[in-house]
Amino acid sequence: MQFWIIQGLNSLSLGGLLFLLSSGFSLIFGLMRLANLTHGAFFMLGTYFAAVAMRSYDGLNIWVTALGAGIIVAALGGLFERLVLTRLKANPLGQVLVTLGMSFIISDACLMLWGGDSIPVPTPQNLQAPTRLFGFVFPTYRLVLVGCAVVAAVALYILLERTRLGAMIRAGVDDRQMARAVGIPVSNLFTIVFCLGAGIAGAGGVLGGPILSAYPGLDADMLPLALIVVILGGIGSLLGAFIGSFIIGFIYTFGTALFPELAYIILFLPMIFVIAFRPQGLFGRIIT
Amino acid sequence: MRLSRRRFVGTLTGASVATITGTQRLFAQNNESIRVGLLAAKTGPLASGGIDMDLALTMFLKERENVLAGRKVELIVADTAGVPATARTKAQELIEKNNVHCIIGPLAAFEALAIADYLAEKEMPTLGVSAAEDMTQRHPSPWYVRLTSTSAQCAYPLAEYAAKELKYKKVVTIADDFAYGHEMCAGFQRAFEDNGGKIIQKIFTPLATPDYGSYVAQVKSADAIFLGTAGSNGFRFLRQFIEYGLKDKMAVIGGMTALDESVLRNMGDEAMGILTTSWYSAELDNPLNKIFAPAFRKRFKYDPGYYAASTYLSGEVLEAALTTTRGQVADKKALMAAIHNCNAQTIRGQIKFDEFGNVIGNVYIRKVNKNDGRLVNSVVKSYPDVTQFWTYDKTAFLQNPVYSRDYPPAKNLEQ
Amino acid sequence: MKWIGALLLAGLLLLPPLFAGDFYINLASQILIAAIFALSLNLLVGFGGMTSLGHASYLGVAAYISALLTSRYGFGHAAAAIISISGTVAMAACFGVIALRATGLGFLMITLALSQVLWGLAYRMSNVTNGDNGITGLTRPAPFDLSLDNPVSFYWFALIVATTAFAMMTIFVSSAFGASLKGVRDQPRRMAALGFNPWLIRWITFVYAGFWGGVSGLLFVYYHKYIHPTSLSLTSSAEALLGVIAGGSGTLGGPVVGAALVLLLKNYASAYIERWNMLLGLVFLFIVLVMPTGIVPGFSKLSAALRKDTR
Repeated sequence: MQFWIIQGLNSLSLGGLLFLLSSGFSLIFGLMRLANLTHGAFFMLGTYFAAVAMRSYDGLNIWVTALGAGIIVAALGGLFERLVLTRLKANPLGQVLVTLGMSFIISDACLMLWGGDSIPVPTPQNLQAPTRLFGFVFPTYRLVLVGCAVVAAVALYILLERTRLGAMIRAGVDDRQMARAVGIPVSNLFTIVFCLGAGIAGAGGVLGGPILSAYPGLDADMLPLALIVVILGGIGSLLGAFIGSFIIGFIYTFGTALFPELAYIILFLPMIFVIAFRPQGLFGRIIT
Repeated sequence: MRLSRRRFVGTLTGASVATITGTQRLFAQNNESIRVGLLAAKTGPLASGGIDMDLALTMFLKERENVLAGRKVELIVADTAGVPATARTKAQELIEKNNVHCIIGPLAAFEALAIADYLAEKEMPTLGVSAAEDMTQRHPSPWYVRLTSTSAQCAYPLAEYAAKELKYKKVVTIADDFAYGHEMCAGFQRAFEDNGGKIIQKIFTPLATPDYGSYVAQVKSADAIFLGTAGSNGFRFLRQFIEYGLKDKMAVIGGMTALDESVLRNMGDEAMGILTTSWYSAELDNPLNKIFAPAFRKRFKYDPGYYAASTYLSGEVLEAALTTTRGQVADKKALMAAIHNCNAQTIRGQIKFDEFGNVIGNVYIRKVNKNDGRLVNSVVKSYPDVTQFWTYDKTAFLQNPVYSRDYPPAKNLEQ
Repeated sequence: MKWIGALLLAGLLLLPPLFAGDFYINLASQILIAAIFALSLNLLVGFGGMTSLGHASYLGVAAYISALLTSRYGFGHAAAAIISISGTVAMAACFGVIALRATGLGFLMITLALSQVLWGLAYRMSNVTNGDNGITGLTRPAPFDLSLDNPVSFYWFALIVATTAFAMMTIFVSSAFGASLKGVRDQPRRMAALGFNPWLIRWITFVYAGFWGGVSGLLFVYYHKYIHPTSLSLTSSAEALLGVIAGGSGTLGGPVVGAALVLLLKNYASAYIERWNMLLGLVFLFIVLVMPTGIVPGFSKLSAALRKDTR
């Protein structure tokens, strides 16, 4: 019984982490039809930022760090989008090359600046005491992470459904050319959305830090997960990214615990099934 | 002026040919220095170790003003990126382009295996630091010695210590799901069960595991958990282990890379009291280490660990061998014999090599303590002259298959 | 102009064994192997319009089958080669059926997923594949009793195979089938309306690309005499894809140039520059900004422009 509860909570916290990672990716792909392969590197930058900042300044608040990382990575993303990606609107292969190239640059820069060791991100002081539930212990921070994911989801929902900016984004996702025709500044919107997506990734990196730690290769480990969640959940759908994250969280946690032989492939088989039989994903509105 | 087509083609071809052959001749003339090649993964997931390997060896040579046994030494560092194909190309580069006289490294088992036949074919004296068991067991090469330890060599003493002195009865092992982890856990299991203990669970985590939470939750209750991990994965697992409150319920013991100095430097008080085993510790109390460790710490601001010590050690062995051959490297057989026969005093104590090229040296049980405000691996017990076969009969050992995930079979697993 | 290009190319290909040292000849052989791999991927990416991140599957599977058959089951190289290639082609046929259910990002993800599954199996099934230790102790074939063990003879062998591959792919692309492939890439609905079967055309291309991927895999395992799961990894596929795009997808010379670029930066420049990964990224950024369609198309546009100026 204890096994099921603990693994269930693990699944939820992993799902929360995955949502923070992949919501930005989903947003960017939904609007810009751009598979941002730099996304893992943006996330990793957030984690390194947290690791370095919180170890240098004892007692630095993780929420402040997340905000800070979000802003910095968003700015970096915005620069990248304006200077490089705008020129590649009709060149999807060029986009692949450039986003992967940028991820090489970022990951090598992290290696150069902070070395090859794994640097931990300290768990916030007031969340270090574990929670006691039903006679066993579970790290409090992981539960908080689920809360963060929910808060982020709600915030994004409000942004997309209840603000003018959100309406413009949704219009752009549904029909880019019509949106332009009615006067929506799609090009500026692209930059804003890319910044937003990158910023969420950066902040997500900070929040995921206490669980993941900053290490070289974090970007390459995280990017396939973001891709899987978005494909499974459906492109262009925030709900899809949310539900997809938790589905993947459950499949991964229970799959590796119950079928260790399939550990390597446990994530890919469901994804292959979904794409093969429902190419737009579970909740997607766009067939690429 | 229009450049004539013929002239253009001719010049270009001539220039390229000249550059390529010219470079060959340049290196052929430079036969005054001894050239040593270092194969280290300076980028990629193994970068942490590779960088330390480079720093320590460079420091070793710098301390001696790049002169060993009266001859100038030139070090050429090649980045293998932790990929076997690149390791092979870099080995070729060192041997064919740089004309090195001896190679140090590589670190990863698969890098070493990818180039083993090539090094043997080229008869290149190699001072290896990789832990792959078979390199000095079932597939030894007369040109390869290993100075550090096989995957299991350091695990045997800890297994005996855990069973006899700590009196642990049930232990869970966890390691990365690759050969190094399999071999180390197999060795630990064998010695632990021979001394009356039981391994009740063996967990192997896939190499690219983002979140160790689900594995922590699988750990069964036991006296201790043995970490056969390396690098960042083990450290990340340990953090999760502590966060789930398991460190209060079970002791933690580890292999030679689990709580290496390179991992300790990023940990806090949660690591206190953990026992690990290795062939080195920065706190070793021998005359050579008492100079090396503080000097390394002064220069690089952190303690040397497995990786830094491995190449410094290689330098010491090379120097001893060169002293025997009086600085001559042209006779490769003599150099190799000198390496095999050197009973060098090193920062890990005195070492010698067995007939397969594997090191026979001290293994130390260490405990994480605080010294001077920083975490260190204090030596608790030394096992002298540990061989790769421990107390087992060599012939019988070699007739068994190599350690793997399923060999020796774990008979005491709890369901 | 074409004659100069042809002469330069011939010189570049035929001169190394006569003048250069072993290391450079070996590097050249590796470039040829990477070129075949990139050319096969280009059939999918450039001419078929299907971006795949799982092409390493074919290289890896062919290499593993050949390695296992020759080292463990005592097959001769010729038989092992035939079985490996047949196996790889069969696998490509199955993968094609699955992958072609999607397009665009979905296709990319399925190819990635399939190759990751193979990668995971290569690690996990260690009693078959030897897992992380890889398979060592392999030998090179000796066609017509000529040993390929020294660098120069291997280079000639690789050159013959590469030239054949290049010629056959050129024929494929310039044939009527190739034209219909390009049509399907650009205007699938129109092609369907005209009575072509886009799915079948894509699938045949997929299988053909898998075939040549397998051939490059055989050369790979012969050259290295070692195979390890990293050859099936995402990085391996990604590097090939990057080479194809950087060199210029949709041309025949592009992938060769791109593959050479990536290989040289990884293996050669890394000896001189410690931050070669960053350099690789910067080079890609530079190429895309200056020559958005790739190096080869970029250069031919440049030379066309120059020629116009000097007239």
